[in-house]
Amino acid sequence: MFFNKTKKIEAQIDEYLDLVVKGGLVFKLGLRSYIENREAEFEGHLTDLRNIEERADELRRNIEIKLYTRTLIPESRGDVLGLLESCDKVLNITTETLLEFSVEIPKILPELYSGFIQLGDMAVNCIENTVRGIRSYFKNIDAVRDYIIKVQFYKKETNKIAEGIKRTVFRTDNRLSEKIHIRYFSFHIERIAEESEDVCDRLSIATIKRFE
Amino acid sequence: MSLSVWFFICSGLFLGWSLGANHAVNVFGTAVTSRMLKFKTAALIGGIFAVLGAILSGGGTTETLNNLGGINAIAGSFTVALAVGISITWMTKAKLPVSTSQAVIGAIIGWNLFTGTPTDLSSLFKIFISWVISPVIAGIFAFLIFVLIKKTILKQRIHLLLLDNYTRTGLIVVGALASYSLGANNIANVMGMFVSASGFEDILTPYFTISGTQQLFFLGGVSIAAGMMTYGEKVMVTVGKDLYKISPITGFTIVLAEFLVLTMFTSKELESVLISLNLPTIPLVPLSTTQAFIGAVIGVGLAKDPASINFRVFRKITLGWVLAPLIAGIISFVSLFFVQNVFEQKVINPVPYRISDSVLDKLKSDGVPTQSILDMKGIEFDNKKTFRNELLERYDFNNSQLFILFKYAIVDSFYIDTLKLSNDIKAELTAAQFEKIKSLQNRSFSYKHEFEKSLFHRDSIWNDTRNRFSEKETKGRKNKLEQIFRINTF
Repeated sequence: MFFNKTKKIEAQIDEYLDLVVKGGLVFKLGLRSYIENREAEFEGHLTDLRNIEERADELRRNIEIKLYTRTLIPESRGDVLGLLESCDKVLNITTETLLEFSVEIPKILPELYSGFIQLGDMAVNCIENTVRGIRSYFKNIDAVRDYIIKVQFYKKETNKIAEGIKRTVFRTDNRLSEKIHIRYFSFHIERIAEESEDVCDRLSIATIKRFE
Repeated sequence: MSLSVWFFICSGLFLGWSLGANHAVNVFGTAVTSRMLKFKTAALIGGIFAVLGAILSGGGTTETLNNLGGINAIAGSFTVALAVGISITWMTKAKLPVSTSQAVIGAIIGWNLFTGTPTDLSSLFKIFISWVISPVIAGIFAFLIFVLIKKTILKQRIHLLLLDNYTRTGLIVVGALASYSLGANNIANVMGMFVSASGFEDILTPYFTISGTQQLFFLGGVSIAAGMMTYGEKVMVTVGKDLYKISPITGFTIVLAEFLVLTMFTSKELESVLISLNLPTIPLVPLSTTQAFIGAVIGVGLAKDPASINFRVFRKITLGWVLAPLIAGIISFVSLFFVQNVFEQKVINPVPYRISDSVLDKLKSDGVPTQSILDMKGIEFDNKKTFRNELLERYDFNNSQLFILFKYAIVDSFYIDTLKLSNDIKAELTAAQFEKIKSLQNRSFSYKHEFEKSLFHRDSIWNDTRNRFSEKETKGRKNKLEQIFRINTF
């Protein structure tokens, strides 16, 4: 009976991490729909992402309560909760970014289409590898490092692509407000990767603590 | 049962309480300080298993303690138990982990010094060696178990939560087992000295009988459990946090190593299994849970990171080890003086000593010079101190010679009567052995060595050396016969 309860929380943590990955994938699709001007599809993805975020929030709170009330993993509880909370932040930023596309309707220049799609792909790669790293923290601690390195790599790639977008946009004859608007959106997508890297920083400390 | 017996037993119960308070940390301290178990849960499990250990396996190996000093008066037992209890409580208050067995030995030596009884140095040496060996072996065990866990279980890709569950279950199981052995091994220290004088009567039920000793051990077990529950937490906080930051898996390793060492060195059952498999046995010596625990902590610390061990705390603990017997010995000596002279209680029953021709022969064969004590032949001494002084006036005997002199000169009484043999005992004896006893019918002996010489010596019928198991059985049978034919004079 005791072991069944643990299995349940284990399943909930897995489900939560699945939602984070799904959130990333939906963001990718949403971004692509926006750029390709499929408005209805884009709004559908945004709704999906909001639902995912809501469900993830609910699950995280549930896990938090269970970990505390059942005094599970007393040594690593703080770290695990910290990781889940910072993962939540990544999902929030992802949702916020897509929402801002819907609210502000930025005008993406055609020459930046592929750049934005690449930027989104790299940021989502960061999310996916962060989640893999967290899963490894639970089951295969030796593999965590590999995923942290991947996240760091993809985050740097994100920075490079964002820089490329900014350089391109500021060398066009468009209005300054449009240029700044585009810069603002590339910065937002970049933040997803930055936030993933922050999760990984926590993850590497938590991993060292488990090795102690 | 008289009120005074309850009064005397109180000192044993107090000793049990202080033992529980001080030793709870050794069995559940790591689980509680690493927050894997709530203190209440740990204290409840520990308490139940300590009581079970005391009732079901209590009594254990007290031979070494008995050799060290045979306290034969209830007021003496009361005072010695009280001295141990006081010293343990004091050291617990001072936040020093203390070993009960060490305090008990210190207090018994205090009794020996007070009553003039020579201390058996070989038993003392055996105990000293065990003080050194037990933490070392526990350390080696902890080191190996930790490395094994790291190389096997932790490589199995078990989910953190499941691993947490396994560790928690493991901590409960080893904690319960260690509590059981704590109760079993220490109940003799706590209650052993009251067994013969308690006056508890057997309780008969339609299904089983609860003996007086079991009732007494139950009380002792409960007092240990009470100590764990009421004062154990304070000691846990100090020892658990100060020495090393103990993680749950480390905690499991430590308690498992401690339990294994205790079982190895104190389990008669394990000895029987080893003998029946014709494997070499491990000598049975009374071990200290505290020492095994500290040894295991150091061992696991070395396996993890030698630099992380706080050796200053280790020094403090070692100091506690030296202080425990010393303080208990001094308190025991001083309180015996008060109990005897102020409260006018008998702390020792007079045992007569007399030197006879057979004693002189035995002494000669053991290389003890006898020329100077020939004039003491035939004189009976009722007081140990007088006998000792008389001996020392004549010759400067060393401690081991004095011990041999006391061993042979003690006047004992044996009367051989085959009617005293129960059918069970008769069934154990061979025909030749029974005939031998019959041939000595109605003979009496004043010395143990005379009794042994007439009944057992120079006769192959007792020397069953088919294997070590039968050798051990024969030894046990000889002891039984000795008890049966002995006439208790006090």
